[in-house]
Amino acid sequence: MKRGISYTAAFMTLLQRDLRIAIRHRGDIFNPLLFFILVVTLFPLGIGPEPQVLTRVAPGIIWVAALLASMLSLERLFKADFNDGTLEQMLLSPQPLSLLVLAKVLAHWILTGVPLILVAPLLAVLLHLDDNSYGALMATLALGTPVLSLLGAIGVALTVGLRKGGVLLSLLILPLYIPVLIFATSAIDAAGLNLAYDGQLAILAAMLVGSLILAPFAIGASLRVSTN
Amino acid sequence: MTITNPSQVLLSANELTCIREERILFDELSFNINAGDIVQIEGPNGAGKTSLLRIIAGLSRPYAGEVEYLGENITRCRDEFNNDLLYFGHLAGVKSELTAEENLNFNLRISGYDDFDTTKLLAKVNLTGFEEALAGHLSAGQHRRTALARLQHTNCKIWILDEPFTAIDKKGVEELEHLFIAHAKSGGCVILTTHQDMGIINNDILRKITLDYRFV
Repeated sequence: MKRGISYTAAFMTLLQRDLRIAIRHRGDIFNPLLFFILVVTLFPLGIGPEPQVLTRVAPGIIWVAALLASMLSLERLFKADFNDGTLEQMLLSPQPLSLLVLAKVLAHWILTGVPLILVAPLLAVLLHLDDNSYGALMATLALGTPVLSLLGAIGVALTVGLRKGGVLLSLLILPLYIPVLIFATSAIDAAGLNLAYDGQLAILAAMLVGSLILAPFAIGASLRVSTN
Repeated sequence: MTITNPSQVLLSANELTCIREERILFDELSFNINAGDIVQIEGPNGAGKTSLLRIIAGLSRPYAGEVEYLGENITRCRDEFNNDLLYFGHLAGVKSELTAEENLNFNLRISGYDDFDTTKLLAKVNLTGFEEALAGHLSAGQHRRTALARLQHTNCKIWILDEPFTAIDKKGVEELEHLFIAHAKSGGCVILTTHQDMGIINNDILRKITLDYRFV
């Protein structure tokens, strides 16, 4: 009996398991996506079809909807594992907890972030987004949604032991989401005016790298506190 | 695997105190658990059995006191301790969306094993023919057996089992008892809680730690 499983193998085991569960529970993938599509399609109906107005508000609408959709899907991140005891097994696993947690967050991003990125350009057409802004929209979503998943996971880890942690979760993580929202929409606006937006992208990339390195440790520590 | 001397102290609890909901469950509780011990923690519901097991496993922090593994505080040697610990909580750690085989495969891989045959291990817990069944469709006993299959493939010395016999039939309980005795003989230790009488593990080999329900 040997215990020679590598870090990569442990990471892939957890990632595959989470993706497999999600495929068997398809509602979990479609709910946030449906929410995103509904919110974005309702806006032109609500504020009127004038192209100038829509072009002006499009970046904000898409990003706010993406942010709320991502938050909506967060609560389930550790809840099921907490309820059936798998989380305890993860905490007691000889593998580093931050690695396992990172695999779970990556699975969450693949299931909720990637679909948002894929439908965003279609919805941008509905909102008459400026032609120059599509590149910036995709770049900010690609850099920003993983940050949302990573930061959100800290909040989820802190509230997983609470029976009704939903409201507290929103209060905890919304302030952390605001910088991402500000820099992402400002990059898209700048692109629409044909200005350089590398600065905003660099800041988003820095946030991604920072949270990728630090968040797994914070999530692991929070999980240990919540299950105490 | 190192050869353990039968009376080696694997775990020791030093003056553990646990307070839940402003009630003292136990205070200044000290004991040693040696290699070869089978220890039953007994007491009425609400006496703190599960809390004690969680503290020994390092999932909860005691209000005061410490747990030592081979003479070192478990929070300071978490990696070595987790490598030697098999914890089976009252939540089984079985996903209802996955099949019995996928569950076992995940549970073993997350503990670091990669050389096992799930079909054989499931056969040992009488789940032949249910490998492809979703755990959510299994009976309560089969659900628990899926989780208990982990005990068939492990080299952890310390087994902490919270109510392992729940929903298991008489024959299954006997098989588990034989497994525990074999594990203790090979130099491991078993710490468990149960409200059922055990037939094979008699009082000669079983050590008991009794917790009382306290009103203060």
